[in-house]
Amino acid sequence: MTGMVGAFTATILAAGWTTLLLAVASLVVATVLGMAAAFAKLSGNRLLRSAASLYTFVVRGIPDLVVMLLIYYSLPALLNQWIDAMGIDARIEFPPIVAGIATLGLIFGAYMTETFKTALQNIPRGQIEAAIAYGLTRRRMFACIILPQLVRLALPGFTNNWLVLAKATALVSLIGLQDVMFRAKGAAEATGMPFTFYLVAAGFYLLVTILSLLLLGLAARRFEIGLRELAP
Amino acid sequence: MNWTVIAENLPLYAEGAKLTLFLAFASLAISFMLAVPLAFLRNSRVTAVRYTVLFYTLVFRGTPLLVQLFLVYFGLAQFELIRTSILWPWLSSPMVCVLLTFVLNTTAYTTEIFAGGLRHIPVGEIEAARAYGMSRRTQALRILIPAMLTRSLPLYGNEMIMMLHATSLASTVTLLETTGVARMITLTDYIQFEPYVTAAAIYLALTFVLVSGFQVVQRRWAGYLENRIG
Repeated sequence: MTGMVGAFTATILAAGWTTLLLAVASLVVATVLGMAAAFAKLSGNRLLRSAASLYTFVVRGIPDLVVMLLIYYSLPALLNQWIDAMGIDARIEFPPIVAGIATLGLIFGAYMTETFKTALQNIPRGQIEAAIAYGLTRRRMFACIILPQLVRLALPGFTNNWLVLAKATALVSLIGLQDVMFRAKGAAEATGMPFTFYLVAAGFYLLVTILSLLLLGLAARRFEIGLRELAP
Repeated sequence: MNWTVIAENLPLYAEGAKLTLFLAFASLAISFMLAVPLAFLRNSRVTAVRYTVLFYTLVFRGTPLLVQLFLVYFGLAQFELIRTSILWPWLSSPMVCVLLTFVLNTTAYTTEIFAGGLRHIPVGEIEAARAYGMSRRTQALRILIPAMLTRSLPLYGNEMIMMLHATSLASTVTLLETTGVARMITLTDYIQFEPYVTAAAIYLALTFVLVSGFQVVQRRWAGYLENRIG
């Protein structure tokens, strides 16, 4: 009995790599999207601004699960209708991991947009003006003035988004990705011990949360070094 | 495109939207009652009390809602003691399991939000209340709770929207709320596009109404906080 529980627990935890891969890949997509949309929201171009606002409004107004179902079921259905209409004999289908990364990247990109936008707005205007006065190129201004402060100012929101994202990956098990949650469901059904194995899954996510809090807390302290020296 | 199927099923969507709103507001209302006292306990001077509440909020905020829901709905049946108890007719119903899980989950988030609001009340306001000779009860009712709630409004608004969206998970345990209705139509009519787009539109509309309503509430009750900054 305990041997069986141990074996199933091992398969559940082995799927932790799938969960982490999904989470980190989605985080990268979300960060890139969020950065692009944050600059779009603050740009002088009205078209860019409204496009970014529409993106964050729509994505944040729909539940994660529904966005995932839209991307996994509705989008291929729509594309296949078009393909049929053009008379091409082919079918589009996304693997669950791709649909998962696209979904979570899209959703958390919208949350990252707000985080980065607020952080960018909190960089003192005088510093940007000084950088322009010193004749820094746009690229150097971004790398040397904006980015270091952006990291510090956005880190609390970024940490929060990551914590929510890591937990949201559990949803992707519903479209068949073999992650921690999917394996827990398998073990629960095979053994008739659902509580035990969902508890194992819960423990995994809790561990990820606690480790992330500790690591990102250390990072926050690292990026605030310059600030604390100035304090009396 | 097959929108006639959607038109025929609009009454079903209306039922689904009603259930979505019921789940969200029932969970929020119950959790509000629990979170206000828990926020005080979270800031208690007794270390053991403080850490007990912290443990509860950490566990429920640190694990996915889907896992919690499956733990309650599928997991509780593992125990003979629960299956033979008088509570089993309730605990085996998806509706009760969903509400129980949602309340436990959103109470954890709301407690932390309110506890944060409580910590940020200026000391002067509390000292003034004491100087007026208010009893602890009067202090809590007239000063601490109103100040805590108004300060928590923006974050609490987010939590309400999160809860509204979280109700979509109820479809995974057979409840026919908005997402459940959409899923059912995809299975009965073999169309994948229109049902989910309709569900998304319903959530978007509900979110929009909630956000707009919340802005009115915020201007009315938390407006005094904004004036002070400007």
